[in-house]
Amino acid sequence: MNDPIIRINGLTKTYDGGFEALKRVDLDIQRGEIFALLGPNGAGKTTLISVICGLVSPSAGTVSVAGHDIISEYRAARAHIGLVPQELTNEAFETVWNTVSFSRGLFGKPPDPAHIEKVLRALTLWDKRNNRLMTLSGGMKRRVLIAKALSHEPRVLFLDEPTAGVDVALRREMWDVVRRLREDGVTIILTTHYIEEAEEMADRIGVINYGKLVLVEEKTALIQKLGRKQLTLQLHTPLAQVPEGLAPFDLALADEGSTLVYTYDAAAREEGEHGIAALLSALKTANIRIKDLHTRQSSLEDIFVDLIKERA
Amino acid sequence: MNLYPVRAIYMAEIARVRRTLLQSIVSPVISTSLYFVVFGAAIGSRISEVDGISYGAFIVPGLIMLMLLTQSVSNASFGIFFPKFSGSIYELLSAPISYLEIVIGYVGAAASKSILLGLIILATASLFVPLHIEHPFWMLLFLVLTAVTFSMLGFIIGIWADGFEKLQLVPLLIITPLTFLGGSFYSIDMLPPFWQGVTLFNPVVYLVSGFRWSFYGISDVSIGASVAMIALFLAVCLATIAWIFSTGYRLKP
Repeated sequence: MNDPIIRINGLTKTYDGGFEALKRVDLDIQRGEIFALLGPNGAGKTTLISVICGLVSPSAGTVSVAGHDIISEYRAARAHIGLVPQELTNEAFETVWNTVSFSRGLFGKPPDPAHIEKVLRALTLWDKRNNRLMTLSGGMKRRVLIAKALSHEPRVLFLDEPTAGVDVALRREMWDVVRRLREDGVTIILTTHYIEEAEEMADRIGVINYGKLVLVEEKTALIQKLGRKQLTLQLHTPLAQVPEGLAPFDLALADEGSTLVYTYDAAAREEGEHGIAALLSALKTANIRIKDLHTRQSSLEDIFVDLIKERA
Repeated sequence: MNLYPVRAIYMAEIARVRRTLLQSIVSPVISTSLYFVVFGAAIGSRISEVDGISYGAFIVPGLIMLMLLTQSVSNASFGIFFPKFSGSIYELLSAPISYLEIVIGYVGAAASKSILLGLIILATASLFVPLHIEHPFWMLLFLVLTAVTFSMLGFIIGIWADGFEKLQLVPLLIITPLTFLGGSFYSIDMLPPFWQGVTLFNPVVYLVSGFRWSFYGISDVSIGASVAMIALFLAVCLATIAWIFSTGYRLKP
């Protein structure tokens, strides 16, 4: 069972207007992982998901889901997939129960009221089951979309910006729902521009920009590899400039010379000569006294902004 | 073929009809009754018999056809247009179903509603005029085939339309005129010879004529031509739908 659940090879999508939304994307999604697809608006996140789910026809390349090609074996491939779209789209006059049951039937599954009840309860929609969709709040409507996607017991769940426009409390609740699904063995692919979300949830992260998958990495490895640390030193007496003896270090003065900022990466930490210990002893030699110090690990957000800037 | 998705679509569409019962069933019945009062009673009383049948009874098949065509087109076009408009069509496109299943669900529901409507109008008509159905089997066959064919046409229009205006355009500018000029209210023998010739290019003439034949055994064109016309229409609609789904026209970028 080590085969990837989704295998994407050389996927390219050129829209009729000539816009190249995806450029030769290769990606494997492993069973049971949470994969976050990050990228700015218009990067190709939704197009990628749409091709896999059958909403957009690919121009070139192949995609298989659980070993089934999404075009020649679309029935088998799609039966594995649940999709929660980005926009809140609902049949306004239907009730929650009916619309979720409809989705199950549409995906070719026999009616199973017990399963629908389980899904609605898990999403705290049970009390609203007889409400018409138009009477629900935005957050509730989004839960209905998730319930619809889960109605046919998919093995892969796509969440296209699941928490866009959702308040903080509800966002945390959604994350819990996603984690529980993962415990049940569901593979989850989510797109987001909230880095916090990817950082909180994902096992692996893919960054997409201008239709190209610029990077795919384990989250922790990504932070470690690209994460830069900063050491901020509060000085006793302000400096006019960085003393010459400290030139080998990547130092910058801030707050009119009263703060010294040292930026270093994981690699520098390993090498003794540019490490913190080396810096501190150099400071002592230069007779610079320190009032306070603190370090900061750069977040995924910083990494992401850097990446997008670099490759743009 | 998996029957669960077909049933899901069909039942959801029938539920929509039930929600809009007034607009779906009551209003066509009222407007048909008005036709009977105006054409059948007020005007019809001054028109002598047509082909040996009282004018009131003569227009019944044409009126049912008129409602059948317009209602089939509008039901089916709205049924598929609305999810496209609201965006909920994503679900239909991502589901593991074939286009045939989608079409059977939507067209089946729209046609069922039209057939029911046709039968209700027939029952209403029997209150106004003495009715007589010579070939009940053929009558039902014409009813069902016409409802299915024009529901398919409506389905195509619903996919083609990218706004509410276009959704109304075809029924208003094409279907209604063709039906009025299709011999619903007259026998084409009553027209001058030139217009009789022109009328033969109107496909609706064949439908109305065949349907009327099933009632009274009289027709403007041969019954074979009527059946052939419906079959041709059905084939064209089926081919168009197959093309739509194979190319993703207006559905899949």
